[in-house]
This record gives sequence, C-alpha cells and structure tokens, in this order.
Amino acid sequence: MSILVDKKTRLVVQGITGSEGSFHTKQMIEYGTKVVAGVTPGKGGTEFEGVPVYNTVKEAVLHQKANTSVIFVPAGFAADAVLEAVDAGIKVVICITEGIPANDMIAVYQKVKSEDVVLIGPNCPGVISPGKGKIGIMPGFIHKAGRVGVVSRSGTLTYEAVKQLSDLKIGQSTCVGIGGDPIIGSRFIDIIKLFNEDPDTDGIVMIGEIGGSAEEEAAEFIKKYVKKPVVGFIAGQTAPPGRRMGHAGAIISGGKGTASEKMAAMKKAGIKVVSSPAEIGSTMQKALETYYSKLATK
Amino acid sequence: MKIHEYQGKEILRKFNVPVPKGNVAFTPEEAVRVAKEELGGELWVVKAQIHAGGRGKGGGVKVAKSLHEVYEYAKTILGMNLVTHQTGPEGKIVKRLLIEQGVNIDRELYIGITLDRGVSRNVIMASTEGGMEIEKVAEETPEKIIKEWIDPSTGFGAYQARNIAFALGLSGAQHKNAVSFLLKLYDVYVKTDASLVEINPLVITKEGEVIALDAKFNFDDNALYRHSDIMTYRDFDEEDPLEVEASRYSLNYVKLDGNVGCMVNGAGLAMGTMDIIKLAGGEPANFLDVGGGANKDTVSNGFKIILSDPKVRAILINIFGGIVRCDRVAEGVILAAKEIDVKIPIVVRLEGTNAKEAGIMLKESGLNFEVAKSLKDAAEKVTKVLSIN
Repeated sequence: MSILVDKKTRLVVQGITGSEGSFHTKQMIEYGTKVVAGVTPGKGGTEFEGVPVYNTVKEAVLHQKANTSVIFVPAGFAADAVLEAVDAGIKVVICITEGIPANDMIAVYQKVKSEDVVLIGPNCPGVISPGKGKIGIMPGFIHKAGRVGVVSRSGTLTYEAVKQLSDLKIGQSTCVGIGGDPIIGSRFIDIIKLFNEDPDTDGIVMIGEIGGSAEEEAAEFIKKYVKKPVVGFIAGQTAPPGRRMGHAGAIISGGKGTASEKMAAMKKAGIKVVSSPAEIGSTMQKALETYYSKLATK
Repeated sequence: MKIHEYQGKEILRKFNVPVPKGNVAFTPEEAVRVAKEELGGELWVVKAQIHAGGRGKGGGVKVAKSLHEVYEYAKTILGMNLVTHQTGPEGKIVKRLLIEQGVNIDRELYIGITLDRGVSRNVIMASTEGGMEIEKVAEETPEKIIKEWIDPSTGFGAYQARNIAFALGLSGAQHKNAVSFLLKLYDVYVKTDASLVEINPLVITKEGEVIALDAKFNFDDNALYRHSDIMTYRDFDEEDPLEVEASRYSLNYVKLDGNVGCMVNGAGLAMGTMDIIKLAGGEPANFLDVGGGANKDTVSNGFKIILSDPKVRAILINIFGGIVRCDRVAEGVILAAKEIDVKIPIVVRLEGTNAKEAGIMLKESGLNFEVAKSLKDAAEKVTKVLSIN
C-alpha cells in the first residue's frame, strides 16, 4: 500500500496546456501515472499527448471518472482552481503552484476542510508513490519502491533525502511535499497520521524548516501515537530572524519558529534528529535495523 | 514588503482610519514648512522614517515646542545613523522624516493584525500595554494580550470588535470610537493584502478620540501584483543593494555575515546547505536560491552577487539536478567561472541526472574546482579549503 497515490488514482491535470503543466504531464505519463484528463478553460474538446482536454473539472470527473487533481495554473488563478476541483467532487487535490496570496488561501483552507478534501500544497513538489504513480514535479528516477514514508516542506532537499535512502537500498512507500507556504492544505501531522496507519510504511522521514510551529505540533502527535522510527531534519539552523528564506513560510518572526526550538521538541518526542542533511539516509538505516530487530525478538 | 510609517498613515487615511495630521519631509526646511503651513498649532512631533521599530528609544522621535525646535530636531535626525533593537548594531541612515501634530494622550494601547499560521486564520491582537515591545508583553504577561480570530466565511464581527474594546476597559465615546476603528482597520488589512498591521501605540485622547499614533505595515509579497499603488511605496534605500541587484536577475538572495558563499537550487536545500557550511567550520555568507533553471546566466549572475561581498573566501555550489541535467549545469558553471575569473576556491556538488559526466567536465576544465561526490563530501571539502586559505 501507500498513501494518497496508488494504482487506483485517476488524475486530472488543471492547466495541462500551460508550459509547466504540459512538460510535467509528459513526465507523469512516462512514469506510469494514470493521467485521464486535462482541464484548460477554452480548450475543451482538444487532446494533449492523447489525453482528452475539458473546459471544466466537472466534465473531467463526469467523462473520465477523475478522482485526483494536480494544479499547475498560475498563482492568480490557482486558488480558484482548487475550489473548482473541490466543487467537482475531487477528494485529493495537489497544488504545485507557487505564489498564491495568503488571503486567498485562508478561504481555500476553510473550504477544503469543510468538504473533507485532502489538499497537498500549494508551493510543493507533489506526491509520489514509487512504482505506482507520481503526481508533481519530482524526478521519478531517484525514487525506489519500499517501506519508508517521506514528508517535507521543501522540494530539492526532499530529493536529496530520497537519493540518500535509495542509494542505501531503502525504498519509499510515498513521498509527500507539503509545501513551503504559511497556509498549506495538509501539515506534517496530517501526513504522519496517514503514514502511521499505513501497514506498508515502517519508518518516517520528516524534513521541516524554520517558521511556524507545524513541526512541534507533529512532534506532540508522534510522542503519543507513533511507534515507527522517525528521522527528522530542520533546515535553516543558521537563518537569521526576521528574514524570509525563499519560501513564503520560512521566516522566524517574533522570536518564534527557530530551528533549535523545533529540533528540541522533536528530540523530546523521540525523533532521531540529525543536524546535517547529509545524515538523513544513514540515520534511517540504523533506525530501521533497530526497529526490525526489536520486532523479530517479539 | 515593508513601508514607512507615513506611507502606512496615508493608506489609513484613505480608509478613514483616524491618524494625526502630518506629512513627510526630506529636509529641515521642508519640515518647518509642513509644521507651519500644513499643520499649524504649537506642538509637533519629528519622527525618523526607517523600516524598523524602536525609533523613539534610539533618539529618532522628538517633540518640538517651536518651529525653531522643529528645524533643529529635523537637522539632527536627518542623516543620523539610527540604531534600534530591530536595525541590528549597524543601524540605518535616516533619509525621511514624518512631521506630525501633537496629540493629547490619555491612554496608549496596542493593536496588531496578522495571520495565525497555527489555525490558518487572521487574528486581531490587542493589549493595554501600548508603546511597549509587544514581543516582551507576549513573553512576560501573555494574559494581557486579547485575541480574536476571524472566520473567513463570516468576516470580522462587530461583536468581536466590542469584545476587544470591553477587554481594553473602554466605555462611552471611547468604546464606540474603538469599535469603529477596529472594524475599519481590519478592512484595510484585508483589502490591501497586508500580512501585518501594527498600531503601537493606538492612543485614546482626553477628548475620547481613538487615533493611530504609529502604523506599521507588512504586505504579502505574493499579492503585490494586484496592488500597484502599494508597490510605488517600495523604498530601495531601505533594502540591501545586493539583494535589490539579485532580484533584478530573479535570484532569491539574502545577504548574511559569513565567509562561505553558496549557490543552490531550491529554498529548503539552500537552507540545508547553509547549515552544512556551519557544520563544516565556516559561516554562510548568504542564502541564494537560483531556482529551477540553473544555467550559465543564472550561475554567472550568482557568482557576481556572491563575489561582491569581500568577506567571501570560498563558494559552495550545490545543485540537485532532478529534471535539469547536471552536465548542462556543469557547462554553465564552467563558462561562468571562466567569464568572471573567480579567484577563490569553488566546491561543486552536482547530483542527479548525468552527475558523473558533469563531474568529469568540471575536473577537466582546468579551473579551480573541488568536485564533491555527496553532500557529506562537500562539507568535508569546504572544511579543507577553509583550512588551506
């Protein structure tokens, strides 16, 4: 098994004919993702790479039974695109778009929560369940099917962690980029709950960064409920307060959201926190060995 | 984006939020003209305009009792290097003043509006401890901060504004004026796509008026595209010139104080690379995210920006080529390094598609590259070049 994306996923790409959307649609199809429809308002009735294009998400759901959406539309229209997907009955929406105004996201967040929709992102690389499907912009080839779940606020730093795992022959069940914005549809705690319940995930890698308190919130949950080994890293240990480090959400404000606070909370929860991102893979390897040997003696 | 206090007050005026009469001045003569012709009266406040709080304590705010004093204070404050708890020890040069009429203060309160990330909603915070550093109040006496969260589907309710006004101990005309002030202020916050509005102090006058004596605004950079009027408020003098330069090349750069420059694709990996530099015994000189298309142009612009900081003794390039091919990136790095003629050691770590070919190209280029095989190796190579130089 895996979380969010599997063989039953039927994907609609919102913004399929745009430059980002078209490039990554090809990549997703190549990886084996079931892309059943695309949406570009005004281009309904055409085709892209053999995928039928519709004017609305509703039509994509009606004609192609799409059950998952990925959004590549520009920032000014992306919040509306999420709402359209929710309204069409899609239950998993993955928003790649970066730069959506926070005020727009407040309303979107409220909507997805009230409709019980899982929103991943915005400003994220997407979700991949190696060997089953990839929804987003991550390079598929660095991944390897297996039993470790990865959840992260960053893109390339996640690829780094995944590469380390794959090089050590540790495969991944699902890798989820939750996004670098201050308002995101799913936080660490939401994804960690899913990994905790997934019988095919044995360990969790959690990659956070400065800003907010989502890591602390997840640490509380892990302390109480998670028995699987968790390895954590927080990016931005050297970042100064009051300065935004690229991601809209990566800022220490009012003395809150520092890496040291987060690392302390995570350590307290029993998470194996590494101070160097180069040690994520090897630390998980050791943690899994201990975990499996304990299981064997039981 | 941040703006000056006088600009914030211009915005407040547009939304009919009460502020003292005042105007900006760039010279002592202008300051006197504003005081005499635009404001009148017998009491004025001369306020330094920089993008940082704590100006009063640093000597940047003075009360003048005559036009002569307005001139003298303006002369002293303009051009001074103002150091506050928010500017850092290097301070900021004052280039603009706000000349304002004096206000008959009865009480000083605090109002702030911002996004509460924990609940993904806006929150209005109020406190009777106006004029103080709110971070201190939050830490030492958190019970003195009143909070109301805004439901996005219903907006800021009048009952919530009343809750705040009652909790602040206001009654009669003061209460009524405070409720109206709060409702209008929230309207400004939403309509301008602000990420922070802080009125500290909010003053209650002896006459019962409720006036914003200070105005601090931050705006959501992601929403600026729909506020061309606010974009004209940007003051480049308040920003680091290198960061302004970098933004022209669409590079995401933040200047720091260290000795090892870095160039990375992706914000998270860039922060992680800074951490690696620290662990390797160096100090990161910058944050630099070159984004998805690391090519010759972005890399050579990155080199230029990093090298204009004289403290930089080594550079670490860390690119994870997922969809971009590493051999293309290597080609860009080699061309850029030749063009710029970089004299300090460069540690390059390229990972992903065609990383091996890229490594060979870098080694055979005849340039001063230390090619690293992994992130761990990159950290060790940084330590090595720092110990040699």
